[in-house]
Amino acid sequence: MSEQSRDRIFSRLYAGCRQPSISVPQPVPMPAKTYSRTEKIEKLKTLMEAMRTEVHVTDAQNWIHKLEEILRKRKLKSLVYPPQTTLGDTLESQWKNSAGDLPQLIPYEKEIEGFKDQLFNIDAGITTTAGAIADPGALILWPSKKEPRLISLVPSIHIAVLQAEKIYSSFLEVMQKENWSAKMPTNVVLISGPSKTADIEMTLAFGVHGPKELIVLVVEEY
Amino acid sequence: MHTYPENPQKVYYFGTCLVDMFYPGAGMAGIKLLQQKGVKVIFPSQQTCCGQPAYNSGFPDEARTVARKQIELFSEDYPIVVPSGSCAGMMRHHYPKLFENDPRIDQIKKFSERIFELSEFLVHALNIQLEDQGPPIKVTWHSSCHALREMGVTEDSKSLIRQLKNVELVELQREHDCCGFGGTFAVKQPAISAAMVKDKTEDIRKTGATRLITGDCGCLMNISGAMQYDKTSISGQHLAEFIWERINDEPSTA
Amino acid sequence: MTNLQPLDFEKNVARALKDKQLIKNIKSAMDTLVLKRKNIFSNTAETEQLRVLGNSTKTNALSKLPELLERLEKKCTQNGIKVHWAETIPEANQLVLDIMKSHQATRLVKGKSMVSEEMELNAYLQKNGIEALETDLGEFIIQLNHETPAHIIVPAIHKNKDQISKIFHDNIPDAPYTENVDELNAIARKTLRHKFKQADVGLSGVNFAVAETGTLCLVENEGNGRMCTTVPGVHIALMGLEKVVEKLEDLPPMLRLLIGSATGQLITTYVNMITSPRKEGEKDGPKEVHLIILDNGRSKIFADPQRRKTLYCIRCGTCLSHCPVYNRIGGHAYGYIYPGPIGKILNPQVEGLEAAGVLATASSLCNACEEVCPVKIPIPELIRRIRNESYSKDPASTVEGHGYKSNWIESLVWKIWTFINTSPRINAAGIKVLAALGLKLPKAGPLKQWTRYRSTPEFAPQSLHELVKQNGVHNE
Repeated sequence: MSEQSRDRIFSRLYAGCRQPSISVPQPVPMPAKTYSRTEKIEKLKTLMEAMRTEVHVTDAQNWIHKLEEILRKRKLKSLVYPPQTTLGDTLESQWKNSAGDLPQLIPYEKEIEGFKDQLFNIDAGITTTAGAIADPGALILWPSKKEPRLISLVPSIHIAVLQAEKIYSSFLEVMQKENWSAKMPTNVVLISGPSKTADIEMTLAFGVHGPKELIVLVVEEY
Repeated sequence: MHTYPENPQKVYYFGTCLVDMFYPGAGMAGIKLLQQKGVKVIFPSQQTCCGQPAYNSGFPDEARTVARKQIELFSEDYPIVVPSGSCAGMMRHHYPKLFENDPRIDQIKKFSERIFELSEFLVHALNIQLEDQGPPIKVTWHSSCHALREMGVTEDSKSLIRQLKNVELVELQREHDCCGFGGTFAVKQPAISAAMVKDKTEDIRKTGATRLITGDCGCLMNISGAMQYDKTSISGQHLAEFIWERINDEPSTA
Repeated sequence: MTNLQPLDFEKNVARALKDKQLIKNIKSAMDTLVLKRKNIFSNTAETEQLRVLGNSTKTNALSKLPELLERLEKKCTQNGIKVHWAETIPEANQLVLDIMKSHQATRLVKGKSMVSEEMELNAYLQKNGIEALETDLGEFIIQLNHETPAHIIVPAIHKNKDQISKIFHDNIPDAPYTENVDELNAIARKTLRHKFKQADVGLSGVNFAVAETGTLCLVENEGNGRMCTTVPGVHIALMGLEKVVEKLEDLPPMLRLLIGSATGQLITTYVNMITSPRKEGEKDGPKEVHLIILDNGRSKIFADPQRRKTLYCIRCGTCLSHCPVYNRIGGHAYGYIYPGPIGKILNPQVEGLEAAGVLATASSLCNACEEVCPVKIPIPELIRRIRNESYSKDPASTVEGHGYKSNWIESLVWKIWTFINTSPRINAAGIKVLAALGLKLPKAGPLKQWTRYRSTPEFAPQSLHELVKQNGVHNE
């Protein structure tokens, strides 16, 4: 049935293409906007904070301590993370040396089918990022075998670690520079803040189905 | 947006059917304002209507027949001045579409390029300067949708009012909202049209103005008609007539 | 269940105009959306350039629509996405049901999808014993109240807080009565979180489908779209066949236009790009992804070069927000899923003129919609086209039901109008007669409608033609 429908649809579409059509103008791209390294960090921070993201600019030495501070302040019980990654290894070794007042590290190492109930009860999730976009102010999440998609969605708090040098000026820039069209993964998500809605009387409310809080650690390499 | 002739000596005048039937004083005022600047105004006596009523109602062939008649009458290469953003928009922007399959489309496009709404012509081609002779008055302005969006002449019209030193122009809160005329829309969807004109008259009342000025007679008929029905004491007047009265302290039909 | 009845537009309009609360809610919300759009597109020159790019991107994509759809299908299939074609709504519904049945699934969670509303999918699934739960907050609210969306972007915008509080309290077990927006959201979050976990299948729409990479792009603020497309083991994506774009690089400007126009934001909270089901070694995401591509009249619209422009629509809803008619009657009065200016041109072309042609009369041709359409659809031009087709008996006319309004009275009226306006002497004489009759004109026909709300127009004692002659104005 689907095959015959397909044939009929296509025969109408191809017939439609044979009509003398209006002239087709070539799309003229918008002028590219590029920002300096400092401008990029500033722009990203401003735009994401306007969307109620908590942004901390830190560095390679201190980011992990900042993370601990954030976790302790919130008195969280559990934190899901991607094991067998650089991030994962860092967290594991840091936790070994900590005072034990940090949330329990829970590796996302099983398929979701056997992990669902647990995941839906974890307080926070931490992920890496594939970079960020200064304009319009969003993180790029590039989930993989090692870093599953739901870490950044299910827990009420999402913490993202961003390398400052991987902030691009624009969406188009990152697509072109990183040649996205040749290597699109299962899923890419741009994230600009915690989840929100204005469906009730246009009043903005945060934390609907996605995380209620988004915390970004911008790590500058000196 | 439009290219204006420099130092025009002669212009055609297209009165429009609504002006002809209901607001001839406005039509005369426009002519006199042009003549006062030393321009020879030519009014081809056989002119009738731009064809917009049929064009908007689903009768393009009838619109074309009437439009062709008008195009033939304005054959010389003079600018054509129109005291209506709506009719000017029709002739400038829609005639090329209406006649896109016509063998004489190039000539028709040239005709369309000669069309100017009255206030834009007074401002940009004639650089008119106005000396207000009248007593202090508070007015408000309504822009027809086509004057605003098709012809882009709203600021020109308002700038003319602002030249009059004893006139206080109070802007509507929702100046760009449609008044609900839309030609046959007002009679095909009367309840919606009535809701729209009601909101417009409410907005006008709130300004505290004693007069509503507009450049389009369709809107004028609609809004004044609604205000009269409601027994509101605010009167409506066409921009050209208002200007003429202010600078001469007498009506244009005198 | 749907509240869409066969279209009795006059009755719908009368009902809407009487509903003061409805109009108040709509007006306030639309004013907000209009202002937000204005602020986010404050640079006029840049916005115009962007709109031109949007228009040319869509024109370009549609000029090779079948080729792009073939490319999309090939790429998606290579990536592991199963592509299905539905010519009609019943076929599309059947496809969804078949997928559900193949997994013995009874619980579906839905992200916002206008195509699914077009299909009346929820009602169909319910009849077949499947719970189809809306998860977008606005859609969730109206589903509880057995209504259809009132606006493309903000479906529950016709409801105010206390109406929503009552809906929640009456329909959600154990939900306390609260008018606090944060508390209402928390109730929705708790209820739906449970449903996301339990659902067998997740369904979504598609904002843009990229032929180059076989990628489905969805935008959202709430996170329910990600939930629906990641948690359940199966994901069904529904799209109209006009939603395909050529390249990945087309996305940034199109998203800027869509999101800026729809919600007045620079970007939504989430921009999802889905290219395949769960791959070997990945731990989550659906193991099966289906893309159902719906025709429902679009290919017929496509065939006509002028009508094709209707298909540029990216469903941003901004034409609704700016429309003076929509602002006064709300979305339900239009009787079909797509209200406002886009509805006025789309519904008559899909449903046929007899069913929906009346919608094209509900416009004053003010051009407010055209002024803001992100892809520059010439909506007033298409409204005129629908009006022309409503009367045209020309066999070359392509719209279904053309000529349905053709009647000898109107034809005669316009023939007389033509005659008068091409016979200047008769025109002048006629005006003299009317001027003499003046206020004594009988209040019949169009004049009757006019005078319900306005005073009768008065013919001037002398026409402009006469004044001009009197004043010695040159004739040539």
